[in-house]
Amino acid sequence: MNIEQIIKDVEISLSFKMVLDQGLNSPECFILEESQIHGICQFLHEDSRYYFDQLSSLTGLDNGEAANTMEVIYHLYSIPKDYRMALKVILPRETPEIDSVADIWRTADWHEREAFDLLGIQFKGHPDLRRILLPTDWEGYPLRKDYQEQEKYHGMTVKYDRDELKNGDTI
Amino acid sequence: MEIQYKYHPDHFKNSEPTVYTEETLKSGELLINIGPQHPSTHGVLRLEVISDGEIVKDVVPHLGYLHRCFEKHAESVPFNQVLPYVDRMDYMAAINSEHAYAMGVEQMLGISEQIPKRVEYIRVLVAELNRIASHFVAIGTYGLDIGAFTPFLWLMRDREHILRLLEWVSGARMLYNYIWIGGLFYDLPVGFEERCLQFIKYLKPKLDDLDKLLIENKIFIDRTANVGVLPLDLAINYGITGPMLRGSGLKFDLRKVDGYSVYPELDFEVPMGKGEMGKTGDCWDRTWVRAQECRESLKLMEQCVEQLISTHKRTREFDPRALVPKKIRPKAQDFYIRAENPKGELGYFFRTDGRADVAVRCKARAPSFVNLSVLPEISRGVMIADLIAIVGSLDLVLGEVDR
Repeated sequence: MNIEQIIKDVEISLSFKMVLDQGLNSPECFILEESQIHGICQFLHEDSRYYFDQLSSLTGLDNGEAANTMEVIYHLYSIPKDYRMALKVILPRETPEIDSVADIWRTADWHEREAFDLLGIQFKGHPDLRRILLPTDWEGYPLRKDYQEQEKYHGMTVKYDRDELKNGDTI
Repeated sequence: MEIQYKYHPDHFKNSEPTVYTEETLKSGELLINIGPQHPSTHGVLRLEVISDGEIVKDVVPHLGYLHRCFEKHAESVPFNQVLPYVDRMDYMAAINSEHAYAMGVEQMLGISEQIPKRVEYIRVLVAELNRIASHFVAIGTYGLDIGAFTPFLWLMRDREHILRLLEWVSGARMLYNYIWIGGLFYDLPVGFEERCLQFIKYLKPKLDDLDKLLIENKIFIDRTANVGVLPLDLAINYGITGPMLRGSGLKFDLRKVDGYSVYPELDFEVPMGKGEMGKTGDCWDRTWVRAQECRESLKLMEQCVEQLISTHKRTREFDPRALVPKKIRPKAQDFYIRAENPKGELGYFFRTDGRADVAVRCKARAPSFVNLSVLPEISRGVMIADLIAIVGSLDLVLGEVDR
């Protein structure tokens, strides 16, 4: 896949320039604005020159309090062309909100629910944004770097102090 | 210490509420819970089924009953210590998951080119053994779901041989921790290659028996053909991979497409569903593809063993741990690795910062998780008995769905 070509094609069709992430990435990764993601995904999915028909994976990521950002990373794959690429969107940590792409790839449905469940990223326009892996009444988002588990869940102890486990107690 | 569940009648409603409620159910519709403790859901999967008489109106899967925080663990412990956790995701094919994970970390470290050929051949050999074991469970329990008891026993008997072979190799029956980053736990035990050849010779006629007993059985065909038809465009849009995608009629196998490890040097076919008994992409096609893949795996194993007893022979000096890094600290990067597991595309996404031997983020893209998401789509309007047939044909491992 030609990187310059895809940047040019996107610029012609959607009139904005994709920025290639200069870090070490496999596959190549582009940094996008939060408002651009749905349009670009639609374009890459439908354009016959690229035809990214498979969303391999959608990852949510927390950069911690110091950076104060969150990221959503999309890994796309084009079965007929054998192209691979990644898209990256950086979101503010206080209000992580992004457009859902579940209407383009149905794979995104559950992956977005998972990112919402474990990181608390809101996906606008998602058909059914509920928790998927954790119980609905679980508190907090475990994959955030500053996550503190709750004391009790339905009367069961969740948070253990390791020092208390001395007298042959097991969890 | 107090470890006490305090019962409250609202707990169920609060922790895992049903999507449909008394208000949204239409007249004549019934809400049935199948699972989480039900033999035909292949683990702790809970299906909220809305039915009208025998007809399924909608299915809502509820997951998470086996969630063991893999991703949180993976960002708390060093790369080499994640491997045992990787085993516990897809516990039916632990070696395949290890293979993908080890490959990913090796490629991040840049040592994947230096891995000795013998190590690679051993990896493929044990991975294919495990793939057969996984498919045997898939086909066997699928037969069991829809009323064929004997194939299950036969396949479990043959799977036992595989488990014993792998126990001989690694010391464990199901969760091996055999493939290490940069090498292997140990070289193959003396005499393993010959035993493998014997096993291949033993298993070949058994696969023909399986075809006669189950796959081409009239009752089985009646029960699975034209049931749960998954059209190709829908499959791709849902991100379905593995035998399910091939069952829907696409020759797509990452072992061929990406050509990782030594797969490009080996000769094997990629079976593809053709709709021989009904429509392309029905439950029968998926099962048939799995049965064919067992044959292809045998072919691959034969070639691997041949290499292991001729070109890449066991030598006294050979040390499979020679390249195992003492400290695994990849450069700062984003990396996505994918590999063909028995269930489909297993992907790992790594984010490393180059300062620690722990990943900043490690996401597992589990094939069963993605494959399960298509269930509501293909089971609307079928009979409840067919719903069981469809769930079985997805070949779910809940350890991987919930991670």
